[in-house]
Amino acid sequence: MGSTHVLELKNVETYYGKIQALKGIDLYVDKGEIVTLIGSNGAGKSTTLKTISGQVKSKNGSIHYNGDDITSLPAHKTSLVGIAHVPEGRRIFPRLSVKENLLIGAFSIKDKKVIESRMKRVFEYFPRLKERLDQKGGTMSGGEQQMLAIGRALMMKPDVLMLDEPSMGLAPIIVEQIFDIIKELNNQGMSILLVEQNAYQALHIADRGYVIQTGQIVLEGVGTELMTNRQIQEAYLA
Amino acid sequence: MLAHIIQTLPQVIVDGLTLGVVYAVVAIGYTMVYGILELINFAHGEIFMSGAFIGTTVLLILSSVGFLSSVPAILAFIIIIVIASIATGFLGMGIERVAYRPLRNAPKLITLITAIGVSFLLQDIVRFIAELKTGNYIVSAPSLFNEKIHLKTSSILPQFGDALFKSSFLVVLIVAIIMLIVLDFFVNRTKWGMAMRAVAQDRETASLMSINVNKVISVTFFVGSALGGATGVLFMVQYGSIDPYIGFILGIKAFTAAVLGGIGNIRGAMVGGLLIGLLEMFAAANLSTITHGAFGAEYKDIFAFAILIAVLIFKPEGLFGKAVVEKV
Repeated sequence: MGSTHVLELKNVETYYGKIQALKGIDLYVDKGEIVTLIGSNGAGKSTTLKTISGQVKSKNGSIHYNGDDITSLPAHKTSLVGIAHVPEGRRIFPRLSVKENLLIGAFSIKDKKVIESRMKRVFEYFPRLKERLDQKGGTMSGGEQQMLAIGRALMMKPDVLMLDEPSMGLAPIIVEQIFDIIKELNNQGMSILLVEQNAYQALHIADRGYVIQTGQIVLEGVGTELMTNRQIQEAYLA
Repeated sequence: MLAHIIQTLPQVIVDGLTLGVVYAVVAIGYTMVYGILELINFAHGEIFMSGAFIGTTVLLILSSVGFLSSVPAILAFIIIIVIASIATGFLGMGIERVAYRPLRNAPKLITLITAIGVSFLLQDIVRFIAELKTGNYIVSAPSLFNEKIHLKTSSILPQFGDALFKSSFLVVLIVAIIMLIVLDFFVNRTKWGMAMRAVAQDRETASLMSINVNKVISVTFFVGSALGGATGVLFMVQYGSIDPYIGFILGIKAFTAAVLGGIGNIRGAMVGGLLIGLLEMFAAANLSTITHGAFGAEYKDIFAFAILIAVLIFKPEGLFGKAVVEKV
């Protein structure tokens, strides 16, 4: 292979039944990059992430992680190799406590000390979670739930963090906080694949960006360049 | 009339609790599987029945080799219940693997019909084997616990009558309560219990947390079925004679208990089981007195099903239906 990309998709095609959702996606993420995938509703953003994490299977193409083929890895194994997926709509477990939600993130870890130290780390990013440890996940506000969803993913100590619309439905000030934390995680060496409808904010923090339209990548480039691209401005930033 | 009700109350409570815990343990099997797959596993009553038959087989083998007379009954009982629950645990797990998993993404009705098919299959296989071996599908087992216990409840309150029961009732009550406590601990305090709750709440997301969802579902079937099978052994110990159809009515009543408690809610199933057991025994003891002989004790079954209908009409989410409102 000789590939240096942390994550690389080549010609990935995914179907839902007979409907083709991804029509040959090529993208890559390098170590320490923030890469964003923007596009409108139903363009295939979430499907791309789901295909990477193994929640849906691709029909064609390949997915490599640090050069290893992970194309057909089921979801519960993808998280083990180092890819964490924060799903759209946060999807925290509503009737588990905050603590249990975090513990679920560390499900594969047997060493209690490791779990404890990771949890401490999560609390450094999200002190709010520590105050709410025994509260049921479903009773928290949207912003807190998003923090919990990210915290839960951090319990896996991933190399690649995939976030599916973390800004959805949140107040601007909370969105800013979340994006600050994403940048902070990236500064610590984590590679980020960020899916967003909020194109402006996503491109702002991204090193590179891809624009997806009806299952195809139609544009790619450096984040700030894409921001000034007229097509993008008209379609997503208006 | 009131005097009669009060006089029989101690006996009603003893009998009702014993029957209730049996319903409760079987109800848990329904509710666990529903919680995780949204499937009403109608074969669960037959798992219970299979447990009773496996237990009886082991008991008959032990007694034919003279093991029974050489050890205390309680030890033999423990051996029997452990073997029967492990065997039914694997049986339930196997049924899920073979019959339900291939239909995981099929419409719910198809899986439901499959479950009914599996239950017929189990009835007939057990009947076939029983008739082949003994020539009769009704099988009697030597009884393990026969001492009569006389509870002097009349000394507490003069209006009370005394409660009379066999020591087997006590064994059933204690073992079932132990099972309920252990299961509650397993679900709420262990890692696999937590995984089970996570899968029940959001299967897709659980898989992102490196939880092997299929494995969790297998464990769920194993635990639920092992409990059901163990309860079959309890039934056998209590009544001595079993047939391949004992799982049907008991299964439906346990299902009612699960619905009453709020299907998918494990503690709800426990409470539902106890309530139905107590109500049924209350009805058996007092129905003819209350109705002046118009209805006899044989109408007690109506209670369970009247409750089912009433719950479905007035409170379909059950007594302990989802307490937490999900915010999006």
